[in-house]
Amino acid sequence: MDEDTDTRKINSSFLRDHNYATEADIISTVEFNHTGELLATGDKGGRVVVFQREQESKNQPHRRGEYNVYSTFQSHEPEFDYLKSLEIEEKINKIRWLPQQNAAYFLLSTNDKTVKLWKINERDKRPEGYNLKDDDGRIRDPTTITALRVPVLRPMDLMVEAVPRRVFSNAHTYHINSISVNSDYETYMSTDDLRINLWNLEITNRSFNIVDIKPANMEELTEVITAAEFHPNHCNTFVYSSSKGSIRLCDMRASALCDTHSKFFEEPEDPSNRSFFSEIISSISDVKFSHSGRYLMTRDYLTVKVWDLNMESKPLETYLVHDYLRSKLCSLYENDCIFDKFECVWNGSDSVIMTGSYNNFFRMFDRNTKRDVTLEASRENSKPRAVLKPRKVCVGGKRRKDEISVDSLDFSKKILHTAWHPSENIIAVAATNNLYIFQDKVN
Amino acid sequence: MDVSAEAKRIMIQALGKLYSSRSQRGGLRLHRSLLLTLVMKSARDIYHNAHMACESEGKISTTSSVPQQLPMEEEMDRSGSKTQTSVSDREPIAAPGEDMPCEVESKPTPAGCKRSEQNKENITSLGPDRHSRKRRGKTAAEPDFLPSKRPKMEVGEERQTVRSTLRSNSTNCNRTENALTPLPLSQAIAAF
Repeated sequence: MDEDTDTRKINSSFLRDHNYATEADIISTVEFNHTGELLATGDKGGRVVVFQREQESKNQPHRRGEYNVYSTFQSHEPEFDYLKSLEIEEKINKIRWLPQQNAAYFLLSTNDKTVKLWKINERDKRPEGYNLKDDDGRIRDPTTITALRVPVLRPMDLMVEAVPRRVFSNAHTYHINSISVNSDYETYMSTDDLRINLWNLEITNRSFNIVDIKPANMEELTEVITAAEFHPNHCNTFVYSSSKGSIRLCDMRASALCDTHSKFFEEPEDPSNRSFFSEIISSISDVKFSHSGRYLMTRDYLTVKVWDLNMESKPLETYLVHDYLRSKLCSLYENDCIFDKFECVWNGSDSVIMTGSYNNFFRMFDRNTKRDVTLEASRENSKPRAVLKPRKVCVGGKRRKDEISVDSLDFSKKILHTAWHPSENIIAVAATNNLYIFQDKVN
Repeated sequence: MDVSAEAKRIMIQALGKLYSSRSQRGGLRLHRSLLLTLVMKSARDIYHNAHMACESEGKISTTSSVPQQLPMEEEMDRSGSKTQTSVSDREPIAAPGEDMPCEVESKPTPAGCKRSEQNKENITSLGPDRHSRKRRGKTAAEPDFLPSKRPKMEVGEERQTVRSTLRSNSTNCNRTENALTPLPLSQAIAAF
């Protein structure tokens, strides 16, 4: 697929010459809203930056809907749990948008322990002419007031403000890894390593536990929950994935506590692939329903799998993301890369899936044509508005001119978070502290 | 044997990672700790199988002295309280050298010397019937020439301490590191 590039750097320019990034600027989540007009990113410093797509204008047809910064706010601050003597990181683990119901935008953002509902709205008018205070806000001396006036709304420079409307806290003992808004638009769930809680968006002092896999004896712990998501259309159905490589589908109508699943998706392990690290690489790092709700996609360390909800015994399709790493698992274990949690996304029509890899590479797989492509998100290798060149990793033998060998891959440059516009071919790719937005080329 | 050496290296690294994850910001990550524990288990199993295979070939008579408790717990305990990371291996490893696993003499002393060299690394022992929680007699478990750094608490008391600590602290409590005195491998995850 031909691509335009438009790079947006969040951090200030003095870092341009340096290879390292301030840790607080590392992007930890990327999410388009339901129309694709807004794109939100969260970072390790607890900030959320929202981008808005420019309206297409006739006089500048080549600037076709670029994304500009719309709002920036500090969502979470570092906290300290005095009881357990633990610091709670402010890193934003996930952002999920609520569907738009009025002029304001709402999103949920979460760190390890607390979920917050933020309202983002525009203000372009302000009231002027109060009686008791002047326009700067200073209290007027009552003795100087000689006449009454009615305040009027006057236009002002557009201001975008973000206000926390709800704070959902103290419900999770373990670290929150997912949030998912239900299709009823009234509830959402938050997931930590061992439990899933169901919340009403209006109520912050109570949540319902719907899944609890904590064993009575923690010594018997064998698996944890790694991700969870509501079905896009059925408000009673959700799935959660585990560190053992299985996915459970649950129906909330069956019982209040969904410890027993309705469906269990697992592929038996190939014994010939067994190694020291089999458990680690089979742990699922992300699970996503297709837009249609018919399919499920899971990401483990080396593969992406597409499952049909009607077939539990094995996935429908398996795509190898970077199988050349299979022989390098030992070194990836040494440098901790084997614990990296990659996400995966569907395109709007569920025909293409995308996920990230190392060396700032990301991969796309076309489910219909079975073609795949590897692209790179880097400023050195792509100028703005240039077409992205497909990349190839050489797995052995003779290396061709443009190929890169496995040993030259930079494992510190990993693409964990990507997002795809809900209806158009626009993708957002987070590469450490940089955000890349790619669009389809227009002739 | 490469597999054995690799297994040992993996176990050592897992211990190092588990230890360093304690000082990580945000507290212990349950998922990561679980994966490390699983890796350690499978590395330990493979290491054990490799040595059992060797033992049966070499027909060594003193194989029964591999005890239940693992020095890994000691490692975790000591790492919590001191900065040194090496652990003295009290349990005899049946095959002292990778190159000559099957030619070990039955005399404990020369083998013991080799073992003490190896003991400087972090080695977990391989209980053949690890489901049994009973610790074998101390004389069989610990050769006299190896220093014993094991704390004096009995196993049952330790587990009670751990359990009561776990009950009061749901998770991710740094204080549990003081109660981590010898835990079997399967209990390692309980500390988090």
